[in-house]
Amino acid sequence: MSRQSLAKAHQKIQELSWEPQYHEPYMKYGTDYTFRKAAKKDPLKQVLRSYFPMQEEKDNRVYGASDGAIRGNMFRQVQERWLEWQKLFLSIIPLPEISAARSMPMLFQAVPNPELHNGQAIQMIDEVRHSTIQQNLKRLYMNNYIDPAGFNNTLRNFHSDYCGTIGRQFAEGFITGDAITAASIYLTIVAETAFTNTLFVAMPAEAAANGDYLLPTVFHSVQSDESRHISNGYATLLMALSDEDNRQLLERDLRYAWWNNHRVVDAAIGTFIEYGTKDRRKDRESYAEMWRRWIYDDYYRAYLLPLEKYGLVIPHDLIEESWNQIWNKGYVHEVAQFFATGWLANYWRIDGMTDDDFEWFEYKYPGWYDKYGKWWENYNRLSRPNGHHPIVAEDVDYVYPHRCWTCMVPCLVREDMVVDKVDGQWRTYCHEACRWTDAEAFRPTYQGRETPNMGKLVGHREWETLYHGWNWADVVEDMGFVRDDGKTLTAQPHLDLDPKKMWTTDHLRRMGPVASPNVILNEMSDADREAFVADYNRQGPAGRPADATS
Amino acid sequence: MTSTEERPERSVPKPVFTDAEAGAKEFPDSGPSARRYNYFKPAKRKQTHYEDVTVEVQPDPRHYLSQGWIYGFADGSAGYPLTWTKLKAWGVDDPEPERGPGSGGRHVADWPAHGWHEFRDPNEEWELTMYRYNANVVRQVTQNVENARQSKAFEQWTPNWVRFVERNVGAWMHIEHILGLYVFAACNRSGPTNMHNTVMAVNSEHKIRFAQDLALYNLTLTEEIEGFDGAAHIEAWNSDPEWQGVRRVVEALTAVDNDWGEMIFATNIVFESLLGELFRSGLVMQSAAGNGDYVTPTVMGSGEYDYAQRDLRWTVAAFAPLTQDREFADHNKEIFNGWLAHWVPLAIEAARTMQPLWSQPDAKPPRFEDSLDRAKNRFAGILTDLGLETPKELNQ
Repeated sequence: MSRQSLAKAHQKIQELSWEPQYHEPYMKYGTDYTFRKAAKKDPLKQVLRSYFPMQEEKDNRVYGASDGAIRGNMFRQVQERWLEWQKLFLSIIPLPEISAARSMPMLFQAVPNPELHNGQAIQMIDEVRHSTIQQNLKRLYMNNYIDPAGFNNTLRNFHSDYCGTIGRQFAEGFITGDAITAASIYLTIVAETAFTNTLFVAMPAEAAANGDYLLPTVFHSVQSDESRHISNGYATLLMALSDEDNRQLLERDLRYAWWNNHRVVDAAIGTFIEYGTKDRRKDRESYAEMWRRWIYDDYYRAYLLPLEKYGLVIPHDLIEESWNQIWNKGYVHEVAQFFATGWLANYWRIDGMTDDDFEWFEYKYPGWYDKYGKWWENYNRLSRPNGHHPIVAEDVDYVYPHRCWTCMVPCLVREDMVVDKVDGQWRTYCHEACRWTDAEAFRPTYQGRETPNMGKLVGHREWETLYHGWNWADVVEDMGFVRDDGKTLTAQPHLDLDPKKMWTTDHLRRMGPVASPNVILNEMSDADREAFVADYNRQGPAGRPADATS
Repeated sequence: MTSTEERPERSVPKPVFTDAEAGAKEFPDSGPSARRYNYFKPAKRKQTHYEDVTVEVQPDPRHYLSQGWIYGFADGSAGYPLTWTKLKAWGVDDPEPERGPGSGGRHVADWPAHGWHEFRDPNEEWELTMYRYNANVVRQVTQNVENARQSKAFEQWTPNWVRFVERNVGAWMHIEHILGLYVFAACNRSGPTNMHNTVMAVNSEHKIRFAQDLALYNLTLTEEIEGFDGAAHIEAWNSDPEWQGVRRVVEALTAVDNDWGEMIFATNIVFESLLGELFRSGLVMQSAAGNGDYVTPTVMGSGEYDYAQRDLRWTVAAFAPLTQDREFADHNKEIFNGWLAHWVPLAIEAARTMQPLWSQPDAKPPRFEDSLDRAKNRFAGILTDLGLETPKELNQ
């Protein structure tokens, strides 16, 4: 930066603000929000003359550390249990990042405040950075970690995988539908302001504890950009709040965005942190403790609550319910168990839990062993091929769950599952909040109000649908989750790389076919469906069948 | 006397030797051939670093996106519709794989399924390159201006040249800003592949940076030259008749009706060569030295380099194959020719509206007609590179 002060420079570039004189720009992205009052100032006060050298310097540090990690043989100390889960995480995250770049022009059009557009443009550039720097990190892992399978085909696998598509909400939700709902409320107000704390701060800390200091290097560098994005979101939120007509939409969108982020991010990051670590020090924070600190205290109490006085209706009930799900209903543990149940339909290896893990879980989550311990013991027992099926096809007191049509995480807290007939199809939802999202929020009218710009949930939202009736071996081959000998699975339910201990497609041929819960649900009579719901709601915890006597 | 208190042992994770580095064991997929991204076909024999960090990050239902897009707009469109431009690449009219209960993934084995996926940015831009490049530019520009300030170089400027720079060089910042934000950044949501959208974001960075470079240069001049009116550029941009023609075209570029292809083509092929280079090179950079100014060309030159050496390069690489497309060459030529017939007359008319600017400096630049002829020749050459004929409208 030259001798000109940043404030002066920023003030000068405001002279670039454009008021169209002959032609209005084409409005490609609509919103039902209105911005008739209160223009807000650009909170970033960032000019590119200082931005580019600053980012270059940050890059130099990241790439210097990358070289250091290789020269210092970091991978001799990396825990495989941890790095295997990065095959999933690093296949998902570059897409949300680049989608965030793509969402910024939606805001240029929806928010009629040229001063804010400067900050949004810088966010666009940041997001290109994040996406490509993360692709590059994955490339480094692929080149230097013992097992490249799964890293080398993530951008194919992630879209086919048994649970990968869940993560895609955290991308498409940013770029589709009402521009403010998507790019402002879902992306910046909730995803970036609340949940990047666990994504980009808490999780890298766990990486470091597992011998991987490159994930923190890259993601803390990424997080240093997020603070700017949070400011963008805050400025837009204050503008939206100044127009009373927006309050009903803000209430709707905060409910949707909060609940969906909780369902998706807590599922993934909770699993990575709790089940991907080997660090079982009793005084290291559990995901629940991190969540309480980073999300409940720092976001909910310190950020959201003060906005109440400006008229923001905060979804207190859903925030408390999210905590209830994590602390009392075992949400993260149920998800981890589900990911491991279908290990063969993934493209990373999932390590079993040991006595040390059991002890830690019991200490951090009293009562954990009674609920989940037996199942993980069965997981270990069934981890090497020895004449039995993979755990998903064995009787281990686990009822294969239905998917939630909205968040696509299965309905794992069985008592909360609801069904509804929406768009002519019977759908299961993991919670009433997800039913509301599909059946009421993502609709062209909301509480009697026209919302013509609201998006809709589309696509083949249940993974099992595409493979209904298929043999498991054919499923895995179709997805391409096979190693270079043509038959050894990319995924394994253990970390032993001895080829004799690894599962192949030959082992899967003996299994029964995949069945789509949703296809079956839609074939049921009304009476059968009611009985099914009643039974399902009595199942659990840990996916146990309903007690026949209760 | 001091005493050392016993502290409890700090709780820290303990390093563990895991031997999880490449090559530690042999098993299926442990070999070097497994250590490359294997889900895309590189443009050349060996995949590049740029391809590794860019290709397939934006998925396509024709390839691996077997569950399809999961969020839609109100009209049902989702993802990155190929209909967001009238241009077509081979294969786009072929139906997407139909998937449903029991269909399997139906990944398209013969990839790419359409021609848009063949595009690669010849500049191979990703985050590392874009920060290095732009950081170098701003450092160089800052040093040039700072050196000029310290050596009192602005004192050599003629009064007429001061007025010229404050109004006209100043007015140009608005054009770069509008194109950067409302054409290139706006289109980075619209392109059919990650390669297209990333390069449009990078093009946007160049424009926004250059606009700010000009604004901050204007601020320095306000501080250094007595009587330099730092707000004159706003008045010139809003009111000077010489600027209204070009402003009309710039605003029209942002108003193109739902076609990213037309926006980018009309901007980087038509506008930039017939108006951008005409003004930046054909007027400012040619006339500055004669008016005692060696600084402005270095600031202007950085923007000129962005366009001439990088942004034009990717644009030609993106559009030229479409005129040779194995399925839609004629269709695309017709579309391009229609756009040329629309935008070239607007650009020529705007250029002629700018003509009085050539008379303002004391030391005259090349004649306007000579500059315009050079711009037209350059434009015709670009059209040849694209496989297009020069439109008759260029003769106006």
